[in-house]
Amino acid sequence: MNAIVSVIGRDKVGITAAVCVKMAEYQINILDISMTILQGDFTMVMAVDLEKMTAPFGEVADACDALGRELGVSIRIQRQEIFDAMHEI
Amino acid sequence: MLTQKEILSTIEMIDRQHLDIRTVTMGISLLSCCDPDAKAACGKIYDKITRCAERLVRVGEDIEREFGIPIVNKRISVTPMALVAAASDAEDYVPFALALDRAARECGVNFIGGYSALVHKGMTAADEKLLRSIPEALDRTELVCASVNVGSTRAGLNMDAVALMGRIVKETSLRTADRDALGCAKLVVFCNAVEDNPFMAGAFHGVGEAERVINVGVSGPGVVYHALQSVKGAPFDVVAETVKKTAFRVTRMGQLVAQEASRRLDTPFGIVDLSLAPTPAVGDSVARILEEMGLETCGTHGTTAALALLNDAVKKGGVMASSSVGGLSGAFIPVSEDEGMIAAALSGALTIDKLEAMTCVCSVGLDMIAVPGDTSAETIAAIIADEAAIGMVNNKTTAVRVLPVPGKQVGDSIEMGGLLGSAPVMPVHRESSAAFIARGGRIPAPLHSLRN
Repeated sequence: MNAIVSVIGRDKVGITAAVCVKMAEYQINILDISMTILQGDFTMVMAVDLEKMTAPFGEVADACDALGRELGVSIRIQRQEIFDAMHEI
Repeated sequence: MLTQKEILSTIEMIDRQHLDIRTVTMGISLLSCCDPDAKAACGKIYDKITRCAERLVRVGEDIEREFGIPIVNKRISVTPMALVAAASDAEDYVPFALALDRAARECGVNFIGGYSALVHKGMTAADEKLLRSIPEALDRTELVCASVNVGSTRAGLNMDAVALMGRIVKETSLRTADRDALGCAKLVVFCNAVEDNPFMAGAFHGVGEAERVINVGVSGPGVVYHALQSVKGAPFDVVAETVKKTAFRVTRMGQLVAQEASRRLDTPFGIVDLSLAPTPAVGDSVARILEEMGLETCGTHGTTAALALLNDAVKKGGVMASSSVGGLSGAFIPVSEDEGMIAAALSGALTIDKLEAMTCVCSVGLDMIAVPGDTSAETIAAIIADEAAIGMVNNKTTAVRVLPVPGKQVGDSIEMGGLLGSAPVMPVHRESSAAFIARGGRIPAPLHSLRN
């Protein structure tokens, strides 16, 4: 199962590193990362593979929330199907 | 491969444009709960609902979490209660409503629909008992919604039932006077009611349905409004195409959630309802979409045409996105539940007469409209008759959900809170319709009902 991790907020040093460390903690493999500055906000989108994830989805989502609060950005993880459904026929 | 732009556009729709799944509704047949002993029937009803829908709320929350899309309501619809209660010798049907209320609380849903009767051609003894019990049932329960079908294109209008419903709406408002006639917000009078509607207050589980079913209602006025902002001044062909594309995306999401809920709950998927359902939140309004098309205020000349385009484009976009479309599937125009409609009604631009015209081209009808407390039962019945006639002749669903708020007059407002919102009291015609309603009998079905 794949998911999309999105990070949106004010840019600062270490955001990408912190998110990647968190993914590694749960054995979540990163497949692709893209980053940009959009309307002044740092925006990062990661495609990840949850196959070997070591915790339930809800726990990982909570951990992302908590890390986001710590870094002052919004971090969310969503199953990829929702994006596929909306944008692919 | 998804692009970053696509991913961010979905996130923005959810975060800033109020995109959500409005409701995941589980339909449950209660026909197996019929029993000559009313108390035993109520026990069976409670047991069956709590057994079938035990995991509904939890599964809904899990899906919300994993997909990152809010599912605002989890609800239950059941077989029209008049059919189930008919097997019993009970004179008082209120205990059936209390059983529904208890079951809904136990399951954690926020509404249960199906305290209903289908009387479009005639009333059985059970139907009449149910109708007469509605005011007390809605007063004594919190989560139960009632609906009554008084007409259809095939059968015509049952004007005895229309007259009775005028009195019942009135009585319900008086019984819930201390809550600004809140009972009336949970009571819908239909023509051509559908059996698979997931939206309250008019949801019930039709007799042609399976044992259990999952129906999903999507939302998205905010997303459509936002999309139209990018085509300012463009011709209507462009407007229609833009709405279609947006509706397609929104519905695809609804289809995904419906299938996922169906799989996890081991319950067949029924339909996705394509209705654009507004909320009182700023940026989630159907009225503002119409205004974005170039109208100064919703309700002015051009509003009906704008709504016709919107309603049609939503269906065209949505129908390809779902394997099974049903329910009401059209734009809703509830006054109290739509921030732009409230503003338009307050300004005087939007009147009940204009709303009635608008219901000719959209679903569902005169919805969540507060009227003066001294409006007579006959006038309410006549409002119902007009609306039902539109449904009957145009072969579509129409409904009336009006609140004659005791003690309130034009210029006052009522506050219901939550998704029910607030409503200015709107004027109705003061001239009497009493002799018209007193005739009773049936208005025959139109010629085009004879299709066979």
